[in-house]
Amino acid sequence: MSHQQLLSKIATNDKHGENSPYFDGWKAYDRNPFHSTKNPQGVIQMGLAENQLCFDLIEEWIRNNPKASICTPEGVHQFRDIANFQDYHGLPQFRKGVANFMSKARGGRVKYDPERILMSGGATGANELIMFCLADPGDAFMVPTPYYPAFVRDLGWRTGVQLVPVHCDSSNNFKVTREALEQAYDNAKKSNIDVKGLIITNPSNPLGTTLDEETLKSLVRFINEKNIHLVCDEIYAATVFSAPKFVSVSEVMQEMKCNKELIHIIYSLSKDMGLPGFRVGIVYSYNNDVVSCGRKMSSFGLVSSQTQHFLASLLSDEDFVNKYLETSKKRLAKRHRFFTKGLETVSITCLASNSGLFCWMNLRRLLKEQSFEGEMKLWRVIVDEVKLNVSPGSSFNCSEPGWFRVCFANMDDETVEVALKRIRAFVGRETNDNNNNGKRVEVKRWKSNNNLRLSFNSRRRIKSGYTLPNMYG
Amino acid sequence: MTRTRNPDSESESESKPSSSSSSSTGMKLIVPLQGVVQGRGGILLGSLIPCALFYFLQLYLKKRRRSNHNNHSSNPPSPSSSFPELPRTPSRSNLSSRGSITRARLSRLASTISDDDSAYYVGLNRASRDPYHKFSNPDGIIQLGLSDNTLSLDLIGDWMQKWGSGGGDDDLSINGIATYQAFDGVDELKLAMADFMRQVMGRSVHFDTSNMVLTAGATPAIEILSFCLADPGNAFLVPTPYYPGFDRDVRWRPGVDLIPVHCRSADNFNLSMTALEQAYAQARKRGVKVRGILVSNPSNPVGNMLTQDMLYNLIDFAEDKNIHLIVDEVFAGSRYGSEKFVSVAEILDSDSEYIDNRRIHIIYGLSKDLALAGFRVGVIYSFDRNVLAAARKLCRFSSISAPTQRLVTSMLSDKRFIQDYFETNRNRMRQVHDEFVDALSKLGIKCAKSSGGMFCWADMSGLIKPYSEKGELELWEKFMSIAKINITPGSACHCIEPGWFRICFTTMSLEEIPLVIERIRRVVEVCKSSS
Repeated sequence: MSHQQLLSKIATNDKHGENSPYFDGWKAYDRNPFHSTKNPQGVIQMGLAENQLCFDLIEEWIRNNPKASICTPEGVHQFRDIANFQDYHGLPQFRKGVANFMSKARGGRVKYDPERILMSGGATGANELIMFCLADPGDAFMVPTPYYPAFVRDLGWRTGVQLVPVHCDSSNNFKVTREALEQAYDNAKKSNIDVKGLIITNPSNPLGTTLDEETLKSLVRFINEKNIHLVCDEIYAATVFSAPKFVSVSEVMQEMKCNKELIHIIYSLSKDMGLPGFRVGIVYSYNNDVVSCGRKMSSFGLVSSQTQHFLASLLSDEDFVNKYLETSKKRLAKRHRFFTKGLETVSITCLASNSGLFCWMNLRRLLKEQSFEGEMKLWRVIVDEVKLNVSPGSSFNCSEPGWFRVCFANMDDETVEVALKRIRAFVGRETNDNNNNGKRVEVKRWKSNNNLRLSFNSRRRIKSGYTLPNMYG
Repeated sequence: MTRTRNPDSESESESKPSSSSSSSTGMKLIVPLQGVVQGRGGILLGSLIPCALFYFLQLYLKKRRRSNHNNHSSNPPSPSSSFPELPRTPSRSNLSSRGSITRARLSRLASTISDDDSAYYVGLNRASRDPYHKFSNPDGIIQLGLSDNTLSLDLIGDWMQKWGSGGGDDDLSINGIATYQAFDGVDELKLAMADFMRQVMGRSVHFDTSNMVLTAGATPAIEILSFCLADPGNAFLVPTPYYPGFDRDVRWRPGVDLIPVHCRSADNFNLSMTALEQAYAQARKRGVKVRGILVSNPSNPVGNMLTQDMLYNLIDFAEDKNIHLIVDEVFAGSRYGSEKFVSVAEILDSDSEYIDNRRIHIIYGLSKDLALAGFRVGVIYSFDRNVLAAARKLCRFSSISAPTQRLVTSMLSDKRFIQDYFETNRNRMRQVHDEFVDALSKLGIKCAKSSGGMFCWADMSGLIKPYSEKGELELWEKFMSIAKINITPGSACHCIEPGWFRICFTTMSLEEIPLVIERIRRVVEVCKSSS
């Protein structure tokens, strides 16, 4: 008998979504990783949203605070209590530290209750945990496109939850509209799909934009009316480096009437603090039942007590946290400006963004064919020939071809330079090619089943060699 | 379900439908039906009877279906006992999730978890709210319900002091551990772990790092394996009494059921293959798909070991039924007795030609053998490429924190320290165990024979009244409120015989034994005086 049959459906299906090109590019990088001296022709990893800009600050803090580590002579006496500690409530000081940090990342405009903080295995585990609490297999959650590709795995693989996309497009800078929400919700209802909630990422991955207060309020109104949950993935909260300032759902809740029991926040230290290896995921819920059942489920992804202990110290150091948030913002802003200006020299524009560790690059004029096939072809060229691992928009379920997410915070300045050089060279070549061919390319808009709007925007007719009007900053 | 009929009434039965829906009433109705057909009963009866028959058939089928759901955890130990404390299966929690329209709807799983009031967890919570402390809270609850080992933490503390901070700046550097790591564990840790397991299980066993997936504790390891090997609604066979946490790890999110295979005190709670065969056959009859057997060795809560013969029997059984065998060996290094421990890995190593090792999976971790429960270090060890591939993706949700990986790698690589730790720890465990069991027997409480684990499996059936789960839980409450000790009642471990309790002895020092015994004596006296 075949051994495949001895495995479960989950073990053998591909609902983990790892066959997406999002992950494919990583494989190309793994096979041939760039190194400034050892492998200067290698693939540069620009598909991983990691924040490596402020390690020095953390290292300096560690040197000055040996008590925080149980591995040092100063801190080891706490070892007995820490090594054994597996209480799923988590260390109280750790929870206080996280609540404090979350509050600071929102400019102190909101206070968080440490008792509502649940641990899980990274933001990955946190997103899965909240789904297990809120939805049954077969239920659905609405999610605005474009969205983080691994949501397919995190929200739906083991939970059996389906994702209902709410399509957004560049005509309004990918903002979520009330109409799009209603449409997605109604379509789901018509297909007998039970929608349990809406999940948003704010600041957005991959767009790098924050939701304005009005939009956020309208989302809260929407979920209140339908009595469905709102999960706000705010893991990029502290990466907001320029105006407009970040508005968290917690702030908006303070100003409007809504059912608190429907609101939940996902948080993590992987992006804001650049500590993905620490596996710190947080679920913060305003719903007491979710807190109590989620807490029991956190046994499957508890944060190591050693890590909790360390972070409790780090995050309660007010001065450090203030300094870190300030510095991180500045460095991200600088890097973002440097990178986007570099792209502009070859007329590549990005969606105007104020946060995140990436840009949402508009490469539509480089597509030989305005379709997702065209996008894939371009992507393959970028990975294989230009040797940059960027992520194609289709892997984020974007409704328009030609957008690419490119991460800029996981490398040093020299590597950014190399990447820009390669891009400039590539674009130069492509532009020359197109000029020589002189073909007129017509736009083909991808129509999803849910998207009933059919618009022909004359601004989008592209003549090769012409650049798009710079609408996106 | 079907009411027995009074045979006398048979011949005089009216065409009126009886409330019994057994098929044996068919005869009772055919006679009047004949009459209808022959024109004597009339159209009224001709339509009434089939409709009524149909209605009662539906009723009967519905009742049967509901009782099948109720029998999910089959072989209820005694008809008189109810299981208020045992976690209910998800199918019964529909009602609680249907709140009012304005309340936020949560998942069915959320309701199941909220309803879970197993004495195991209730006890842990109560003890943690009023914890005993020698000076600050001498009247607090002594925690003997959590299998933690504090007997040799000082050794680990010493090691940390000497070597924990490593060589200078290297270990304080964030670079290399802050960033994303291999989610199934870094290679250095896997190597160190393979070597450590070799030391623990038996020097001859070889562990291959490519068969390893590291997870944040043994808890997610068991859950991940359940997700890989079975679909929701399938089942694992598990000998009782078993670790209460299995109900959470296997049932909650994977939705896999646990079918108990009862073991009895007459056999010192050793597994009998007959019982296993029976449980398997019964499950099949009920239409339940059994996907594997889950055993712990050394056993939790009894503390006995699986013999080599029994392991071979289990392997053969799994082969014969084409199912998996999961062996939880988290207590492999926590042995104090004379019984020989045989890891299933040893058998696979030596008999690799004759055994298909792809269906055998081992769970391990550092929470028990190295007392590092807080660090969250667990292992799935499997020979099946497909299981490993799936587990590697699934451990994305439960990866070990990077700084902990580095620290633990360091510790495990210090072979001399590990050896010293095991030797010293073994001696200390043996001392405390022997003294405690001796003191208990002086109180008239006998324990099952055990050689491993961190607990005694104590027979307090003489103290309970009535001899049932109810009596057992009342005794448990007495321990909590009178003796102020948290111990785990056998019903939380699904033991078929009431009156057994798991008492962890590794959080007591030798000096503390008299205090604990004194508190237990209080309860014994209360029980004796009330009987």
